[in-house]
Amino acid sequence: MKKLREVYLDNNATTRVDERVIRYMNKFFRNDYAVASSQFSHAPGIRAKEGIDLARHIISKRINCDVEELVFTSGATESNNLAIKGLAMSNQDSKRNKIIISGVEHFSVLQSAQSLEKSGFKVETVNVNNQGFVDIESLKKLVDEKTLLVSIIAGNNEVGTVQDIKSIAEISHKVGAIFHTDAAVLFMQGQIDVQEQEIDMMSITAHKIYGPKGVGALYVKRGTKIEKIIDGGYQEFNFRSGTENVSGIAGFGKAVEIYSDEETKKIRSLRDYLYEQIKNNISEVELNGAEDFNKRIPNNLNVSFKYIEGESVVLHLDMRGIAVVTGSACFSRALQASHILLAMGFSHERAHGSIRFSLSKYNTKDDIDYTVNQLKEVVENLRNLSPIKEV
Amino acid sequence: MSLPYSKKVLEYFMHPKNVGEIEHADASATEGSPACGDMVKLYLKVNSDTHKIDDIKFQSYGCASNIATASIITEIAQNKTLEEAKKITWQQASDTLGGLPPVKVHCAVLAVDALKIAIENYEHTHGLIKEKKPTTIDVIKDRLKHVINPITGIDVMQVNFIKDIKLKDGNVGVFVILDSNHQFANNIAEEIKERLEPLWDIKDVKIIFSDTIDSKK
Repeated sequence: MKKLREVYLDNNATTRVDERVIRYMNKFFRNDYAVASSQFSHAPGIRAKEGIDLARHIISKRINCDVEELVFTSGATESNNLAIKGLAMSNQDSKRNKIIISGVEHFSVLQSAQSLEKSGFKVETVNVNNQGFVDIESLKKLVDEKTLLVSIIAGNNEVGTVQDIKSIAEISHKVGAIFHTDAAVLFMQGQIDVQEQEIDMMSITAHKIYGPKGVGALYVKRGTKIEKIIDGGYQEFNFRSGTENVSGIAGFGKAVEIYSDEETKKIRSLRDYLYEQIKNNISEVELNGAEDFNKRIPNNLNVSFKYIEGESVVLHLDMRGIAVVTGSACFSRALQASHILLAMGFSHERAHGSIRFSLSKYNTKDDIDYTVNQLKEVVENLRNLSPIKEV
Repeated sequence: MSLPYSKKVLEYFMHPKNVGEIEHADASATEGSPACGDMVKLYLKVNSDTHKIDDIKFQSYGCASNIATASIITEIAQNKTLEEAKKITWQQASDTLGGLPPVKVHCAVLAVDALKIAIENYEHTHGLIKEKKPTTIDVIKDRLKHVINPITGIDVMQVNFIKDIKLKDGNVGVFVILDSNHQFANNIAEEIKERLEPLWDIKDVKIIFSDTIDSKK
């Protein structure tokens, strides 16, 4: 049987690890595999520690923070948990008990915040508009002297909308609240400077930038009081216990070091080309997320095809070797339509018909042409089958 | 490939049989709605002498399981009498397809329900109801369980959406908690009518919206 062509367009979920990262990580599996330890330890332990130190140095430099402000974790989900729960736990007796999030947050932010309601915290949700942007005016009304934390996703994983982080941080700070952002998707694809953008805490991860899975970090601005949520040894400035994932952390640093902004530019124009081709070849397509493509994650495109359901599109494309995802209920683990698209005020139909394409540096123009050709056929077939027609 | 679907489900998903609309169908029925993510519409052509299903076609807005079960049901029902076709179960459809993942069973139920309702509709409109039981409020409620509120994706009887149902001399009044200018008002009114009008002793179905009651006061 002929091997099926594979076009992977699910890079907002995760990416293929760069060969150079794998090679570099192997060093820490084969030679420098010891537990990273104090400078008074044995040589292998010190080599492992140096691996972590270098990664911490590279990443802190990239986001413009000090090395002591970066805590390695198992990924953005843990970072979000640590930021939100850790801050709340160290402020249990404070007068501030309000946590503000948006309706388009990742589940790890949403559920971390909700879990704190049991401990007496109040969670408020700020409105987003139909492009997924936080409504600045309603945020201004929502924040007050009781607000402990404002947590807003920097770049949306599903619809790609990039928030005006600095404005949101300023509004938070005006009332003395802490500002946290989940930057798992925006990190490296967009410009982040924690000083300039006045970010207090930020979650990032390696596996979305051609690094390994299972490693991420939380930036915690010096002076921000958080309690650790995983107890044990004194690793990571006593913010996160557990033997460090040395090879993972080293690989994370390598992925950041070799990340190419030139490639991001190429991906952006390939994404724009994909959208143009979809519009030119398929009728009744609705764009989900920011209409201004400069305010979108460069590799993200999310569109809804009217009159058809997304899981069927995904499955048909999968059989043709193309990997994409949908916000349809059928596709989700909870059998719920994407909460993100619903929070943006869209109908269930629009969520069910949504397809996310997210590109990587490994995609070519040929991949995109192949995808659009296949997509055109699939959408036509499914529309022929559908009882719903244009009114 | 280790998709959760059987080979047969995928086969029917890729190449569904009996797709489309029957013009001048003797009966039809729609189950589900785009809001809940799955919708299937069945059309029947029935031989008026033998009561055999001469032709059956379907349209689907939904996932692979929905498409495959609707397709297999049209094949099973073809050439069966209405009495035989009524006995088709989702389990039978699922077994014929080599099983369905548990979370996808509701899609199969939807297709079987559509067939049942289409047959019932045929019986009502063609005078085939043997013991003509008069329609009661309970019968109406039962039928309205198949109307999905597109706002919530839940059937209108499950949520507190129907305020009251009045029935007198074949005239039905359904009081819904929704304003008549709501985006989905027409959609819901049509679906309710589609469910109740085929009943043999129902002459007229009126939908009364919240704001139309208020203005009458």
